[in-house]
Formats: sequence, C-alpha cells, structure tokens
Amino acid sequence: MSLSMTLWVLNLAQAALMVLAAPLLAGIIQKCKARLQNRRGAPILQPYRNLLKLFGKEALLAENASWIFRTTPYVLFTTTALAASVVPVFLVDLPSALIADVIAMAALLALARFWLALAGMDIGTAFGGMGASREMTFSAMAEPAMLMSMFVMSLGAHSTNLSTMVQHALHLDHLLPSVAFALAALLMVAIAENGRIPIDNPSTHLELTMIHEAMILEYSGRHLALIEWASQIKLLLFATLIISLFVPWGIAESPAIQPVLAALVFWFGKVVLLAVALAVLETGLAKIRLFQVPEYLSTAFVLAFLGMLVHYILEVGA
Amino acid sequence: MLRILKKALFTGVKSEVLAEAGEQIETVGPELEAAIKKRFRGSLAIRAVDAGSCNGCELEIHATNNCYYDIERYGIHFTASPRFADMLLVTGPVTRNMETALIMTYEAMPKPSLVVAMGDCAANCGVFGKNNYAIAGAVADIIPVDVVIHGCPPEPTDIIRGILTAISRT
Repeated sequence: MSLSMTLWVLNLAQAALMVLAAPLLAGIIQKCKARLQNRRGAPILQPYRNLLKLFGKEALLAENASWIFRTTPYVLFTTTALAASVVPVFLVDLPSALIADVIAMAALLALARFWLALAGMDIGTAFGGMGASREMTFSAMAEPAMLMSMFVMSLGAHSTNLSTMVQHALHLDHLLPSVAFALAALLMVAIAENGRIPIDNPSTHLELTMIHEAMILEYSGRHLALIEWASQIKLLLFATLIISLFVPWGIAESPAIQPVLAALVFWFGKVVLLAVALAVLETGLAKIRLFQVPEYLSTAFVLAFLGMLVHYILEVGA
Repeated sequence: MLRILKKALFTGVKSEVLAEAGEQIETVGPELEAAIKKRFRGSLAIRAVDAGSCNGCELEIHATNNCYYDIERYGIHFTASPRFADMLLVTGPVTRNMETALIMTYEAMPKPSLVVAMGDCAANCGVFGKNNYAIAGAVADIIPVDVVIHGCPPEPTDIIRGILTAISRT
C-alpha cells in the first residue's frame, strides 16, 4: 500500500473513531456527574442504548413541518461528522486537512447551527423560535472568539491548516504566553458552544431556560437520535481540538503502528481527563443568567485578542 | 463551590438496593411484544403529566431522582417533551381542564409507547370522586393504561417497581 493510501485509510479510521466514540464521552461525563451527586448513575454505555432505542421508534412530524424540518437532522449529522474528520486525533499528517482548514471547520459547524435554527423556527412553536433566536445571538459572539483563539495558533504556525498547526504546537520548545491566552479562550468557547453549564444545561426540563434543547423539542425517533449523536460528536470534536492544539504530546507523526497505538492511548487518556474536569465544573457551578452570557463570551473574545497582541509584542522576532 | 465538591467527594455513593414492592402495582393493559419490552428495558424516557393532582405524587416522583432511589441507574430518565418519551406517567384525576392536554400529549408520543397511571387519584379518582363536576374521569377512562400504581401517594420504591413492571412484564 502506498503512503498516501495508508494516510487516507488512517484518516477514515480517525473520522469513524470520532463518530463512534462520541456517545462514550457523553456516558463518561454522565457517570462522573452521577458519582459527584452520590448516585450510582446510568451505565457508561447508556448513550449507545438510548440512540439504539431512538433509531427503532417512529419519527413523528409536526403538522406544519416543511422539508427543512425533515432534512435538518441529516444536514446536522453530516456537517458535524465532516468537521470532526479534519481534526488530527492520533496522526498529525492528515490528507483531509487540505480539504478543510480551521475556517472551513468553523463554517461547517456554523452551517449545522444555521439549519438547526431554521428547523427550530420551521414548526412554529413558541419555544422553537425562542431557542433559535438565543442560539443565533450567542453564536454571533462565540464564533469570533473561537476563530480568534485558533488564529493565535495559526499566527505562530503561519498556516490555518490544522495538521500544520498541530505540527507547530508539537515542536514548540517552550511554553508561549499567547498560547495560554488562546487556550483559556477556547476552553470558555467550547463550554458555550456545546451548551454546557454555566451557559446552558443539557439536562434541563425548564423550557424557559433552554437554548439548544428548545430548538429540538419537536423531534422524535431517528431524527432525535441523529441530532443527539451530532451534539455528542461536537463535544468530542472540541475536546480533541483543544487536546491536539494545546497539549498534542504523544500524537503520532508517522503512520507506523507503534506510534499510532501509543497516540490513541494518549488521546483517550486526555479526553477522559477533560471529561472528568467538565463533570467537576458542572457539579460545582450554577447556570449563569441569560443576560450574562454576552459578558462571558466577550471575555473569551478579549482573552483571545490579548493572546494575539501578546504574540506580536513578545514572540515575533524573538 | 469547593464546599459542594468536598461534600460530593467525601459522602460516597448513597444509592440503596431497591426494596420489594407491596401490593400496590396492578397491570391492566394488553401484553406488550417481547421485542418492545427488551428495547425499553435498557433505555426508557418518561414524560410526567400532572392531570390535576394535589402535587403529593409529584414530590414522590421527584424523590425517585435523588441519590437514595436513583432511578437513572436503570437507564430511566425524565424528558422535557412528549416527543422524546417512551412512557407517559400520569398523576391525579383527569380534570376537565387537562383532558384535552392529556389526549394531545398521548398522541404526541411516538409509538411504541406506554402509559402508567400513578396514585389513587389516577387509578379511580381517589378522594375527589368520579361524580365531581370538575373531573372528566380516571386516567383509564381517557387514554389506554398499561400499569396502575396505587397509593396516596405511592412510595418511590413502588413507583420504580411499577415502571420496571411496565417494561419487563412477563
């Protein structure tokens, strides 16, 4: 098998891993949260069972639902899975990184969100429209912050290609202050983008406080399964993005068996650590008021911007 | 925040082994197919509807989620929308004001689905009585019911046993 062929196979394996392992991450977080509430909690594999059950149920359509409502779950799942396939998981050098860089990846996620907001408004319920308006308001502030924090990394790497950026991060010989700012900003954005506490509560039953959940209240059966799966993939995508850009140590640089296996173990360990940290954070914090979310997100943007300034002041030419 | 986390870490798991149920659970609906039961055994989403209850039953439902009873360990969770739900948990006698809402909620659930009537009021209108001007009837008079959990209010143990009976009835 030629080298480029091997790379493509590994790339596909990586994409499949992201899609298939995503529910596991959700299960680990749920288990950790249950333990922190002194409960036994559902088994770690519970999200897989839930998805399997949902795929076997009928999918009901609201009376006024148009083709937008019907196609959204598929668009959402495809774009999210596609975005997940360009992030280096266990191998730096990815052929798919040439198809889509960081900007295209953020655009794919934005496309998914655009369709979800349309679907929320499509059925005409009060909560759907409210959720859509909230989601768009906050994403208008979250996306610049996310792009800005990743641009700090691209400035050092002189590229927006994710493989090149990870390669650059891997060979940094000392810690850079700009990277610390970018990391803080991306962590804050990741929490907001995935609708976790303190921005949104994924397990809430109160329609008035919902952001993401409010848009999907009318979905059922396989549609709901695809949407839930997509949001689990998105969480894993952000976790992997943070790991690969900021703590890439252990990731394989050549497609040989041994480094790839070691990289897999490293990646899994780091994802589990992030999951535990998220569970602890969600147990210790309360949801912030809706009107404080813009402040939270502008803090993330300012942090990313400071990272960029620090890069020019301290690191260029040094 | 640190105080909460410290308490969470040093208290340990408090979930108790589920006690045996009393004579409170009654199965009434037709038998479900084995395939459906098997599917719900590992994963069940419940939508609770208060059709006119005094909120005593709601307090007990709330208790099933706490760390002692921990209903989530059986793969059971409560949802925000009937579209996500596999089971309708109805409390209280069905008042005239809630009759339409209850029927709409039942129809909004994707099939296959189950209905559990919980508490004496849901079973036979309880202290409110069937001849009350404000009451349309017991839950079984409005929508088909699979399992009835008696008690005023039923204990959390009975609620969990009743729900498990509905999904793994032989």
